[in-house]
Amino acid sequence: MSNEQTAVLFSKVCRYFGDVKAVDSVDMEIREGEFFSLLGPSGSGKTTSLRLIAGFDRPSSGNILLYGQDVSDLPPYERSVNTVFQDYALFPHMTIGENIAYGLMIKKVAKAERENRVTEMLNLVQLTGMEKRKPSQLSGGQRQRVALARALINNPKVLLLDEPLGALDLKLRQQMQVELKSLQKRVGITFIFVTHDQEEALTMSDRIAVFNQGKIEQVGSPAEIYEHPATEFVAGFVGTSNLIRGERAKRISGSDATFSIRPEKIHLTTPLEEGPDVIYADGSIRDVVYLGLYTRYLVELDGGGDLVVVEQNLHTTSMDVTLLKGKRVHLSWKKHHMRPIGG
Amino acid sequence: MMLNRFSTYLYLRPKVVLALLLGPPLLYMLVVYLGSLVALLVNSFFELDGYTGLISRQFTLATYAKLFQQANLDILTRTTFMALMVTITDALIAFPLSYYMAKVASKKTKTLLYLGVMLPLWSSYLVRVYAWKLILAKEGVLSWFINLLGLNGPLDWLLSQPGIGGSSLALSPMGVYIVFCYIWLPYMILPIQAALERVPKSFEEASSDLGAKAGETFRNITFPLAMPGIIAGSIFTFSLTLGDFIVPLSLGNSKYFIGQAVYSHQGTSGNIPLAAAFTMGPVVIMIVYLLIARKMGAFDAL
Repeated sequence: MSNEQTAVLFSKVCRYFGDVKAVDSVDMEIREGEFFSLLGPSGSGKTTSLRLIAGFDRPSSGNILLYGQDVSDLPPYERSVNTVFQDYALFPHMTIGENIAYGLMIKKVAKAERENRVTEMLNLVQLTGMEKRKPSQLSGGQRQRVALARALINNPKVLLLDEPLGALDLKLRQQMQVELKSLQKRVGITFIFVTHDQEEALTMSDRIAVFNQGKIEQVGSPAEIYEHPATEFVAGFVGTSNLIRGERAKRISGSDATFSIRPEKIHLTTPLEEGPDVIYADGSIRDVVYLGLYTRYLVELDGGGDLVVVEQNLHTTSMDVTLLKGKRVHLSWKKHHMRPIGG
Repeated sequence: MMLNRFSTYLYLRPKVVLALLLGPPLLYMLVVYLGSLVALLVNSFFELDGYTGLISRQFTLATYAKLFQQANLDILTRTTFMALMVTITDALIAFPLSYYMAKVASKKTKTLLYLGVMLPLWSSYLVRVYAWKLILAKEGVLSWFINLLGLNGPLDWLLSQPGIGGSSLALSPMGVYIVFCYIWLPYMILPIQAALERVPKSFEEASSDLGAKAGETFRNITFPLAMPGIIAGSIFTFSLTLGDFIVPLSLGNSKYFIGQAVYSHQGTSGNIPLAAAFTMGPVVIMIVYLLIARKMGAFDAL
């Protein structure tokens, strides 16, 4: 990993809009060829960061390096990055072919060469033979592919994607997630992907940067982010987490440092066998939500406080789980699944 | 109770609602609007009997033959040329302003500019024309200002030119041109501004992202997408200039424009057929204009 080249480097990058610190002194390194996601709620600075890389916006202070070159003050047309926009931004007065060829036309590539490349790109995104259509005749998923082809035809060093799947329905979105990832592997270009959907980020990314209020909370692989959240924010934003702190933490673990535990790590219907590495807690089930594949329980602990527990419905039916409401339970989990926050 | 049943009746029959809503305006369009156009067309194929002063209601092309006499052709070309110049000038003035309003200005500035564009429309058209007459008069404020700049030499030279000159700006084709440009400017600004407003910022960003410099983005993206607005605006400025008779009457010289010709033929001389034939002039010119605009791809982005 370490011998890979740095594609994009943020060094103390700030972007202020009046009093609002949209991006607040961010340091970030994105490596060549990786699928890197900027994950965070709206207004966390992820889209602004992307726009800073594209050149639509300039940092208030700090530097952005693209393959070692400081591009902070370069206009978009002088940066070898391309963008897939959230609304696709396909030019409505041009055909699909003209849209895809736009970058080459600007570079004054010969017409025959342009047409060959367009055909090639249309094959790549599985839209063969669509060059004569207008964007308005295409479905959302197809427009998405055209936007991808229009960006990729320029062989950018980095491809920027601004929530490109946000407008698609769930099934299509899941399909495009897989397609995008495999496309990225085939073309070998660095993808920087902005999303607010943690599941999407976990599915596709090599690494994720979690943004909150203009700052990066944590950078890491999906597994690191999920299993070792560095901050309370990450623990809460990526997946669901039970945070145990103060008195309760002390009672359970002997230390008052804050811990997080994922709901699926807690055993409810079939408790773990006793042992030195197993932790117990008693409580009663206050709420049951049957979700088909699994059931979510809200357990009120005897000592006060709630824990969310998720269990797959391997042996239980919807009938069984609803009957559990109000029942006493004996919860258990492995000690090493409790993650110290910030540790 | 009755009212409820009526509401339910309408709710279940959307076509009845549509008919009730669209019927009256459609009827108006057909009878009053298109009807009068047809009446004009029919009248233009009649002829005024020069001897009796009565209109003979029989199909003839004699009136059109009269329309194509040199003096009348001059009126048609003079008016068309004026309309063309006014349209081009207004488009050139309106585009930067519209662009600023749609893409650059803050919300507050935009509202102020909007108000500035609309405000003249709140006062009477006649008042504005006469105000301009005073501004352009020999002793008017514009002459005073030109004098102040020491530019009366060039002005006098311009006014001495045949075809556009006259005794003063207030009594010359140049004055007519200036006032037409002023009077119809809002009708050019508003449609262009609306068209530009509909071009998302991301289009220009995408173009720039794909390597286009500002000029290339304007030529390839912004301008083609604003074209329907420019065409809409030019239809206003062009046709309004073609039909107007107040401005040339107040500021022009003895050389007639179409509007003045129509006005005088249907007035004292009672030559309704020739007035109608004159009116067909702008209609045909507009149709030709729209066909050319379509051929040039002005409506592709619609």
